[in-house]
Amino acid sequence: MSTHAWLLLGVYLLVLLFAAKPLGSYIANVMEGRATLAQRLGGGFEAVLYRLCGVRREEEMGWLHYAVAILLFNLLGALAVYALQRLQLWLPLNPQAFGNVSPDSSFNTAISFATNTNWQGYTGESTMSYLTQMLGLTVQNFFSAATGIVVVIALIRGFARHTTKTIGNAWVDLTRITLYVLLPISLVYSVFLVSQGAIQNFDRYQDVTTLEITKYDNPKLDAAGQPLKDEKGNAVTEPATTPTQTLPMGPVASQEAIKMLGTNGGGFFNANSAHPYENPTPLANFIQMLSIFLIPAALCLTFGRMVGDTRQGWAVLAAMTLMFVVMAIAAMHFEQQANPQLSSLGIDTFAGNMEGKETRFGIADSGLFATITTLASCGAVNAMHDSFMPMGGFVPLWNMMLGEVVFGGVGSGLYGMLVFAVMAVFIAGLMIGRTPEYLGKKIEAFEIKMVSIAILVTPLLVLAGTAIAVMAGDGIAGIANPGAHGFSEILYAFTSAANNNGSAFAGLSANTPFYNGLLSVAMWFGRFGVIVPVLALAGGLAAKKRITASVGTMPTHGPLFIVLLIGTVVLVGALNYVPALALGPVVEHLMLYPVK
Amino acid sequence: MQTLLRPAISLFLLLSVITGILYPIAVTGISKAIFPDAAGGSLIVKDGKPVGSELIGQNFADPKYFWGRPSATSPQPNNGMASGGSNLGPLNPALVDAVKGRVDALKAADPGNRMSIPADLVTASGSGLDPEISPAAAAYQIERIARIRKLKAETVAALVVKNTAGRQLGLFGEPRVNVLKLNLALDAQAL
Repeated sequence: MSTHAWLLLGVYLLVLLFAAKPLGSYIANVMEGRATLAQRLGGGFEAVLYRLCGVRREEEMGWLHYAVAILLFNLLGALAVYALQRLQLWLPLNPQAFGNVSPDSSFNTAISFATNTNWQGYTGESTMSYLTQMLGLTVQNFFSAATGIVVVIALIRGFARHTTKTIGNAWVDLTRITLYVLLPISLVYSVFLVSQGAIQNFDRYQDVTTLEITKYDNPKLDAAGQPLKDEKGNAVTEPATTPTQTLPMGPVASQEAIKMLGTNGGGFFNANSAHPYENPTPLANFIQMLSIFLIPAALCLTFGRMVGDTRQGWAVLAAMTLMFVVMAIAAMHFEQQANPQLSSLGIDTFAGNMEGKETRFGIADSGLFATITTLASCGAVNAMHDSFMPMGGFVPLWNMMLGEVVFGGVGSGLYGMLVFAVMAVFIAGLMIGRTPEYLGKKIEAFEIKMVSIAILVTPLLVLAGTAIAVMAGDGIAGIANPGAHGFSEILYAFTSAANNNGSAFAGLSANTPFYNGLLSVAMWFGRFGVIVPVLALAGGLAAKKRITASVGTMPTHGPLFIVLLIGTVVLVGALNYVPALALGPVVEHLMLYPVK
Repeated sequence: MQTLLRPAISLFLLLSVITGILYPIAVTGISKAIFPDAAGGSLIVKDGKPVGSELIGQNFADPKYFWGRPSATSPQPNNGMASGGSNLGPLNPALVDAVKGRVDALKAADPGNRMSIPADLVTASGSGLDPEISPAAAAYQIERIARIRKLKAETVAALVVKNTAGRQLGLFGEPRVNVLKLNLALDAQAL
């Protein structure tokens, strides 16, 4: 790893921690309804909003009521995104006159954006109208992020409160996090992105006359519009030329800001954050990386404040940071290696593995981005993970398999990590034969049942989904790369979907009814199959008495707990996947570097 | 359920209008006022007509121009309507074939060049629209351009330096050369 890469990682951590601390306090203030400046300014508007919507803000909800409200709100989101895609041809703000999107692709995208996955089977710049991008996808970027955050706030209240039935009001929580946190940051952030060169307009696409006429081979189509193939199965092409290039336009920056801040990750364009109009400069790229971890890191500190012991928040953040540093170093190291198959052609090995990477980002900024985007359930990419070196591609896969709890998605990362924390104290309790407790709450059978469901639902979806796809003809048909890498593509797709990440080994042709359907199932249950038990856990904890710590209580803010937590995440979370990983990236690595 | 439906639907609609309509319009208004050029796509205008964008790479295959990053978009390279990379895995024979083809093309255009080939000049970019190459990739091509255009190598090298950006704030990203701007500068030189 180069000095530059070390420096970049160091600066990143410093800036992140400095930015997270004030934001963590601010979010705690907003969610507890203490009069922050924003609430003084927006309080009148908030009250009007509640009156129009029939929300009684003082009325708190039990966990089941809260869960139904969240589900309903997200269901409406999925319906709206589906409808917008199916009707976009007849709706305004469609200057390129893009047709309505197919039912299976619309369904997949609707589920994908409602679950904060933002898996994309479509090519944004040639599929989605501006209205669909704004009113469908941008809105869901806000709402799915808000959903994750309010669920973790409800869980924190479960720890912080005692002997009560309620965990907050879902409508008030959703409104406040959207209006006072996500919206103002996105507004400033998108203008910054434009200053770097990200576009923001409602213009038609621009045709420009290029300096040189481009010669290329155009695939011939048969009468049905399918590409013609010769007897060997290769595409039949004819020479063609074009004197122009079409530059896509659109309201990109406003979507890009919340895409990163809300760990959504669904790009305006197909190339996502590798596209120069989405992520134009290295500085924009740094801020994008920062904004992925910003809220997940801040929420750890929000947690510490709300449970009345800031050390608890720092301990969780420390466990996350340690795991992050290890994975970041691994990704940057492996991508710095030149592909030996290419080096033998007389290519300079100095630059590392540049296939699928942008010149302005190079190895360090691409490797770091890949680590951050997959540890957080963001899924935006600034380099194509499919073309990473075998162990370079192992890192994003492994990161997602940890369960998206190391920083993780906004809200979802912390509630996932707290689920693991409960599991960790449970394991520690078993070892010494005491009833486990966490933050003054006894952990009993109901809690452990909910924690087990939340932990096991994703590996089940990933492994079952992958198994079905590799056995089905429709599943195999989507593979782009031969051998072990083809298996990795499928494994990556289901890992990404069930963990609500959304990045891809993008060679896989997943925009088919088979993958659109199966991945939608993985995304929906990977999201709400965790949220519902987490809210049940919150309700169960809130109802409990608070017990005072005794000498027999394990402290949950020291190094011992941090190590125990990391151990639990790695052992319980990721070991499920070791056999699958051995079949994919590990085999590929051994093929590329044969043991002599 | 009744008590949930009304807040759910009305809050969904109102917040949708705020985040999905008012917010993008506000960002557009502010951006167009402060950064009109960038908001519109950083277009390069020559003789009153747009010839490209500073940020979007064009395809160059003529030896008299600097070549940019290879683009794996289809059907044509640097297709603005279908951004993306090759997605070829590191062991895929198609990757080796593609790179070999690019190495051969570079050598055919400049048979006397004995420098080792910079990786970014023969590997496809992530977006397929990468506007830049590394300074090493530009240096590799200077002799060829100078010879074909009958310019001094120093003149070409000076133009490369002029269109090179270092690490941003000295820390972020990699040094890089904007290919379209460099080629426009070359054409202006000839007149």
